[in-house]
Amino acid sequence: MYGAYIPKKPKRVLILGSGALQIGQAGEFDYSGSQAIKALREEHVTTVLINPNIATIQTSENFADRVYLQAVTPDFVERVIVKEECDALLLSFGGQTALNCGLELESSGILDKHGVRVLGTPVSAIRDTEDRQLFIERLAEIGIKCARSKACRSIAEAKAAVKDIGLPTMLRGGFALGGKGSAVIRHESEIDERLKKAFAGGVPQVLVEEYLGGWKEIEYEVVRDFRDNCITVCNMENFDPMGIHTGESIVVAPSQTLTDEEYQLLRSIAIKVIRHLGIVGECNIQYAFDPKSTDYRVIEVNARLSRSSALASKATGYPLAYVAAKLALGYTLPEIPNSITRRTTSFFEPALDYLVCKFPRWDLSKFKGATTHIGSEMKSVGEVMAIGRTFPEVIQKAVRMLDIGGWGVDPNLFPAEDLEDALRRPTPLRIFSLARALKDGWSVDKVHELTGIDRWFLHGLAEIGTMHKALSGVRGSIDPSMLRRAKELGFSDQGIEKVTGVDQLEVRRERQAYGIKPHIAKIDTLAAEFPAETNYLYSTYHASSTESAPTNKKKVMVLGSGCYRIGSSVEFDWCCVNAAQAASELGYETIMLNYNPETVSTDYDVCDKLIFDEVSFESVMDIYEREQPDGIVVSMGGQVPNNLAIRLHRQGVRILGTSAESIDMAEDRSKFSALLDRLGVDQPRWAHLTETSDAMALVEQLGGFPVLVRPSYVLSGAAMSVAHEPNELMRILQRAKKVNSEHPTVMTAFEVNAREIEIDAVADHGEMVLWAIVEHVEDAGVHSGDATLMLPPQTIPLPTVHKARKIVAQLAKELNITGPFNVQMLAKKGAVRVIECNLRASRSLPFVSKVTGNNFVSEAMRRMLGVRRPVQNHALDLDYVAAKVPMFSFPRLTGADPLLGVEMASTGEVGCFGDDAHEALLHGLLATGFRFPEKGVLLSLGPLSDKYSFTDEARAVADDLKLPIYATPGTAEALSSLDIPCTVLSKTPGEGLSAMDAIDQGLVDLVINIPRSYDELGRPDGYLIRRRAVDAEVPLITDPMLARAVIEAMRWRQKPASLRILAWDEYLQRSPMALR
Amino acid sequence: MRLLLEDGTELVGRSYGAQTAVAGEVVFNTGMTGYVETLTDPSYKGQILVMTYPLVGNYGVPAARPSPSIDRPFESSRIQVQGLVVQTYVDHHSHHAATRSLAEWLKSEDVPLLSGIDTRLLTQKLREKGTMRGFIVPPGDVEEGRRKARQIEMRREVFRAVAPKEVIRYPGGAPKILLVDAGAKDNLVRSLLERGASVIRAPYFADLVELAKEADGILLGNGPGDPKDLVELIDQVKVLLKDYRRPIFGVCLGNQILALAAGGDTAKLKYGHRSVNQPVQDLLTRRCYITSQNHGYAVRDASLPADWEPWFVNLNDGTNEGIRHRSKPFFSVQFHPEASPGPEDTRYLFDDFLRLVSAQRS
Repeated sequence: MYGAYIPKKPKRVLILGSGALQIGQAGEFDYSGSQAIKALREEHVTTVLINPNIATIQTSENFADRVYLQAVTPDFVERVIVKEECDALLLSFGGQTALNCGLELESSGILDKHGVRVLGTPVSAIRDTEDRQLFIERLAEIGIKCARSKACRSIAEAKAAVKDIGLPTMLRGGFALGGKGSAVIRHESEIDERLKKAFAGGVPQVLVEEYLGGWKEIEYEVVRDFRDNCITVCNMENFDPMGIHTGESIVVAPSQTLTDEEYQLLRSIAIKVIRHLGIVGECNIQYAFDPKSTDYRVIEVNARLSRSSALASKATGYPLAYVAAKLALGYTLPEIPNSITRRTTSFFEPALDYLVCKFPRWDLSKFKGATTHIGSEMKSVGEVMAIGRTFPEVIQKAVRMLDIGGWGVDPNLFPAEDLEDALRRPTPLRIFSLARALKDGWSVDKVHELTGIDRWFLHGLAEIGTMHKALSGVRGSIDPSMLRRAKELGFSDQGIEKVTGVDQLEVRRERQAYGIKPHIAKIDTLAAEFPAETNYLYSTYHASSTESAPTNKKKVMVLGSGCYRIGSSVEFDWCCVNAAQAASELGYETIMLNYNPETVSTDYDVCDKLIFDEVSFESVMDIYEREQPDGIVVSMGGQVPNNLAIRLHRQGVRILGTSAESIDMAEDRSKFSALLDRLGVDQPRWAHLTETSDAMALVEQLGGFPVLVRPSYVLSGAAMSVAHEPNELMRILQRAKKVNSEHPTVMTAFEVNAREIEIDAVADHGEMVLWAIVEHVEDAGVHSGDATLMLPPQTIPLPTVHKARKIVAQLAKELNITGPFNVQMLAKKGAVRVIECNLRASRSLPFVSKVTGNNFVSEAMRRMLGVRRPVQNHALDLDYVAAKVPMFSFPRLTGADPLLGVEMASTGEVGCFGDDAHEALLHGLLATGFRFPEKGVLLSLGPLSDKYSFTDEARAVADDLKLPIYATPGTAEALSSLDIPCTVLSKTPGEGLSAMDAIDQGLVDLVINIPRSYDELGRPDGYLIRRRAVDAEVPLITDPMLARAVIEAMRWRQKPASLRILAWDEYLQRSPMALR
Repeated sequence: MRLLLEDGTELVGRSYGAQTAVAGEVVFNTGMTGYVETLTDPSYKGQILVMTYPLVGNYGVPAARPSPSIDRPFESSRIQVQGLVVQTYVDHHSHHAATRSLAEWLKSEDVPLLSGIDTRLLTQKLREKGTMRGFIVPPGDVEEGRRKARQIEMRREVFRAVAPKEVIRYPGGAPKILLVDAGAKDNLVRSLLERGASVIRAPYFADLVELAKEADGILLGNGPGDPKDLVELIDQVKVLLKDYRRPIFGVCLGNQILALAAGGDTAKLKYGHRSVNQPVQDLLTRRCYITSQNHGYAVRDASLPADWEPWFVNLNDGTNEGIRHRSKPFFSVQFHPEASPGPEDTRYLFDDFLRLVSAQRS
């Protein structure tokens, strides 16, 4: 507005990504990184990105000028800085991974050495926020109160700290224990006992903190430019009070229970703190706020884009990451146009005329042994955001969006055995216990006493309960005014069906007859004060007219992937965004429907219309009827939209690509198996189970144990398990019944020692257009999402490849596929057996697209829209190898057994390239936290066959890697008999030097543990060793094939320096398929 | 209950406050908090207020303050708006300081509250057609309600209704500030007292020239209505501008009065600025601030005489947000540096004003 003042514009900016998705660091950084890259490109600054997460949008073509798919570690980053001659660094867009790496580079002098400037917030300010002690001191300088906390190493030290801080005091165990042993000391008499307990078992460090339990938890997102202009974009209030990590909390924005005086008090402090620290760009400040006075404590400042800032961005429409990137270049806020209104500037604070509710999604039940309680540690794997105009409306929407089988805040759902305990000790399902208690007549005050949740929120839940009661009294048709009220309170048609027994389609017909329909409202950042050209929309039953009229253009609607969870995350967002872009290139208007604030698909500039709302049958129908698109895309967003296909089809909705009948044919286990039989395609023997009592007979038919049990219509192997013996089988069947009692359960003979291969393909009216074959490093039995994938395949014989391809082509024809699909197969002794076929984009589609240089999604979308262009397929003819390596978040999941099986457990993945399989694998492993061992390797090999078949590798460890081997007794015996030297370690604690001791003492820095058998709890042997390795962050390998591949790779390339650093396009240029 | 607009729009909602017919200029405010402060702000006298934030009443209302008190969060001793229109009224409030619900408070002061209105849609209408007159009428005979509502119409009387009856003195230390009150918010007084000043709060019709003699500086406060209706006040300020040597600081209405007294002009805005997120820029330092605003008229930059200059500008629509004399210590802002409700970014202006006052004293 007053002329850009750019101090010194950088030429080549290096951006650090956040790597694989993991708990606490998820898709939000794809959003922030891509926005930053867009902002920089507009300024004609060359961008170089390091991020091994191959499923992200930011690592796609047409984003950064150069992409390095490799680990964000100081040594690799330095090599890229040198190679690319970068003169500036952005480190606040890639989460804690990028920030930590940047700090390390700075403190070791590497940035200075190469003349690299850190853009945005200065490193000194970052340090002030990262170091607890410095932070408290800096805030004390301006008289701002922090939660007092002291890290203590001894009981005596802790005692002094308790005295100093005063009672009540909170004790928290150091990181190694994962929040275990946290306790509150309320009385003088408890001090000794509680401290003794906290330090028990050799805990090195205990944090003694001021107790703020029950205080409100409030956050502000703050933006500041280098000229000291400063604004708060949004504030948020946690539904769950202090004590539950903000990432684990239900959150609303804006705050609901603060008066203006309180709102402004915290806002003013935020600005004061951020100015004092000297942040340039975006940051987040968290407070604890006393509900009984105006007392506060600053908890922390995140001097970078965070999960909260992604949420705030989506909650307000203010493009925080984009603005932060511009500020880092030296722009001031009034110089940056407001991209929503396009009339005003970025120096303003959004006014909301709606509210949003964020709800975390957990998958704790997927992990054997993990605690199901939530608290001060983050364990959630995704989140949803609901937009509406009342609290009941948004909380009910949010619960549905979680996709955990809840059709709203229904008091009858997920009943707790002990209601009071369920309220007192939060679990992921507490919301239903709250609803139950309030419906059962527990007073708001009592529930407030038990939970600390503000009465305001509880009254909102009670309103839902009241309507629930009223609806349950309905006989026959529902009174229109009651129906309207129910819809305004966020009840879905299905929810109304569950209470009243009136079929949801009938509910829908009735409400439409009464004119009860949701309306679409705009998110314009300033509550309608100025006209805005925004395309950011949501639906609500509180609006009295729709603001966004449908156009007459030809258009497609893409259904998003919804909530991130184990088995469905950023890869499907990549597919949706690419699908929308491909449709847009063909001249279609694009409508995106999604509700996940961590995604790029929910960015306002990805499509022509963004409807931030539920992806459910009801909402899709409501929007479809209003917008009348030419077609709906259900095949790009994973299982959430895929599951809607049949029902939408029955209502006459035009579904693009493969027909709904074909989708059903592939999804329904028994239909699909029958189809394979008809085609004469081999498949593992299977049987359809209706009565549990038949189970043993069926096992006999299948040729005995082990057998695989799986229900239909599931993603990522939910409730899918392998049974090795009758008792285990019975347990699994019970569980499967709970998950899905409507669809049949299928039992399959479980193949051992078979290779697993997958083909990702695109077909057009049954003709294969594109295909790529990947091979699992692990033998079949490890879920494909947890397996290490190689493209092109490394050990599969050519005849097997041809056979597999032929089967896939046959399936494409038979199911008349148009669009993306994926087939999983077993290969053993020349035979190929089909395990599964999904007529939708698969998890590995971004990987195969980027490795082959052929965008499978764009091609699929074009075919679905009837556009045929000749394409070349070169999936086998590559001059390099790529590995897709899973990322696990076991350290975050206290107690969980870090063991792989048929049910998926990984939270993310990376995809890395190399000249050969060894290099690709090592790059991939390093990018998921693996470190080359330098001290010793612990071998604990399960079955006798494994012990002996591992001989060559063990010898390689000793002879080539020249590392000492430690082994558990059985393994040691086998190694000794082969003259391989090793040190024997016991498996049980307290019996001499144990394997766990060796890990703790740092004697070993690689653990290879192949589980042998299962204990009486169904818990495999060696749990303690695996868990200790995870807790000590020592690399752990539990699969024999992977272990073999890793050791072989390290024989050839013994340290990170021996791995080449090449950009993605440099690899692609070596393939016959040039990057388009 | 219904809201009727002069363009014929009729909106039906649920009534929670008093069952009274009222008339007024219908204006919208986009603040997300601060209904207690806003409802008691005398600048809203004669207006029907529409809130765009959909949930109103969340934190209830604190107990009424005893008579001479000017404590927060109230900005005057009574509710000033004619009526309140919201999307959803929340009766189940939750706050430690609340002793009553918003509806109870409104009822006790005979002010109607209409809930269940799509206030976003209403705001868009007001934005496009400009501020309109409207009526809130209870069910029954609409014409009767309309007639009753019209009786409480006002224009020039609006200032009398909100100004104090006589001079009020708030003891404090030095310096002594004359606050000219044509509907000034209590927080102007608090802002001065907090900084150690003593305050003479005089109604706009008092003999200001005389009172100014004992003051070290003058603060022209905010107020409702059209500034051009305050003819006598403008005349008194003209005299002061000629003879007074000490600092004069204007806020909101004070900005307009100062401009008019200096020979400039004001114009009505289509729908005014009523929110707590208005961005302004200091034209000298280029620093930007988020401000709280509530005005329907603005100073026309081009009308300013040669010895005056624009000081602040609104970053959204480019309208005037403050003026200053080129050589004398006379300056004013269109926004509310005292906030309440709203951001406190520009509270420093009181520090600057008092620093200047003290410097002139010594």
